[in-house]
Amino acid sequence: MLSVDRLRKEFGGVQAVVEVSFAIEAGRIHSIIGPNGAGKTTLFNLVNGLYAPSGGRVSFLGCDVTGLRPYELAARGMARTFQNLQVFFNMSALENVMVGCHLKSDTRLLPSMLGWPSIARGDRATRARAVELLHEVGLDAWVDADAAAMPYGALKRLEIARALAAEPKLLLLDEPAAGLNPTETREIDRLIQRVAAAGVTVLLVEHDMRLVMDVSDRIIVLNFGRKLAEGTAQEVRRNPEVIAAYLGTAAAQGAGSRHA
Amino acid sequence: MRLRGLMQARTGGLLALALVIAVLPLALPNNFYYQVAVLVGLNAIVCVGLNLLIGYAGQISLGHAGFFGLGAYASAVLTAKFGWPAPLALVAGATGVALLAFVLARPILRLKGHYLAMATLGMGIIISIVINQEIPLTGGPDGMPVPGFALFGLRLTGDRTWYWIVGGLLLLSVWLSLNLIESPVGRAFRALHGSEVAAETVGIDTARFKVLAFVVSAVFAAVAGSAFAHFAGFVTPVEAQFLRSIEFVTMVVFGGMASVFGAVVGAAVLTALPQILTAFHDYEMIALGVVLIGTMILMPRGMLPSLAALTRRWMR
Repeated sequence: MLSVDRLRKEFGGVQAVVEVSFAIEAGRIHSIIGPNGAGKTTLFNLVNGLYAPSGGRVSFLGCDVTGLRPYELAARGMARTFQNLQVFFNMSALENVMVGCHLKSDTRLLPSMLGWPSIARGDRATRARAVELLHEVGLDAWVDADAAAMPYGALKRLEIARALAAEPKLLLLDEPAAGLNPTETREIDRLIQRVAAAGVTVLLVEHDMRLVMDVSDRIIVLNFGRKLAEGTAQEVRRNPEVIAAYLGTAAAQGAGSRHA
Repeated sequence: MRLRGLMQARTGGLLALALVIAVLPLALPNNFYYQVAVLVGLNAIVCVGLNLLIGYAGQISLGHAGFFGLGAYASAVLTAKFGWPAPLALVAGATGVALLAFVLARPILRLKGHYLAMATLGMGIIISIVINQEIPLTGGPDGMPVPGFALFGLRLTGDRTWYWIVGGLLLLSVWLSLNLIESPVGRAFRALHGSEVAAETVGIDTARFKVLAFVVSAVFAAVAGSAFAHFAGFVTPVEAQFLRSIEFVTMVVFGGMASVFGAVVGAAVLTALPQILTAFHDYEMIALGVVLIGTMILMPRGMLPSLAALTRRWMR
């Protein structure tokens, strides 16, 4: 579904992502983990087209999509959420999700200005769909609320609803549980599993290890911009290099000796 | 439900505006007042269009008087020098401005914030310089006379006739804008304002929609310019000047950004106010400044949205 080949990104002299390659299979939940500054969000921005890579290739659904803009990737079925919210704070929750339906909306100028009935009809359908999506992420109480008046946890879910509105084939979630309490995290956990069960492939960047280990079919570990390891939750958890990256070398040696 | 409330606000607002336009002549004692009312209407049309760009799409333009001037001069030159029928000149002016805005928009709207302000400022100034310099065509700084507007042999003359024409045009502009704002295109505009990054990731071609907002707002200005030329019977480069651009932006901000009716209110107040403030004689500009500063401090979101919020609080 998505494959990344020797992807590189440099900012000035800083190598944020170094020769990272991986592939993602359809219908699974994949996670990218790594310590702070490991290059996870940069990798997301490269895959999603917000950054142009310094080298390497990204292919999506069998096509080379390297260097395409985010809106072009969205049209091909890629959606994402953001670690530091990118909500339309000048709109209501409902309108935020309705914007998510943009690709399926009629955006011809003249019919829009002349208020053709077909535009209004399309908008009613979009509105109904948006209400449904808000229900799916558990935001029924916030449908008509201004986004600016919503609490952080609700905004996180609002972004997921907006991303789902485009009916993506691949959904990139950048730290959906960051800043949430344990109850909210469990809700996000269940939501991600529901989304995946509905046939959407999920790529997750997350710090909450419980969440990652719970939901992921496969985990990719980044450290200092390089891929350190890849495998199932079990495999990654036992990998001495991963333990070293997270807990320091001494702990890794300790863990290694206990295994021996 | 909010949906129905919105529809009512939309048609209700249109009806209220129509009512004001219909009843206002009862309070206009002589032709001078009609002239001021016509100018209010023309400025309001420009501001309703400009608000799509500034208030909704979140892009600044300090050069829209250039488009107003181009519309005015297209009508003036094409009818006076080439003998075109006035309606055709108006359409040609609007089309020409649309094309020009389309060509300019892509490079200019790559810029953001202050840089975009500078670029549009430069654009407006260049247009005004061209109008000033093309003396054989435009009469240069002295301006040029414009023939009256004839429609199917019917000549539209007199301030009262123009009042109804401009009133109708304003209603049409407001209706078109309201439709646009409540459509997916309008939501895409607001999304640009809210978060460009998020807009891109949900599939909005941000460059395309910025250009669209720019072109539409330029056409509103051009049509108002054409109407102005025929109404005034004389155009000068002052109409395309930098200061006019600033006036338009001030009206939009004063009335309330991202509010179609706010733009109308802003244009009405700031066009009529200087006429009223002439009572202060030498201190007129100081009084105007005080009113502007006071309003923006007391009603930071602009007149209409702030007043609306205030009434909602009283009702509760």
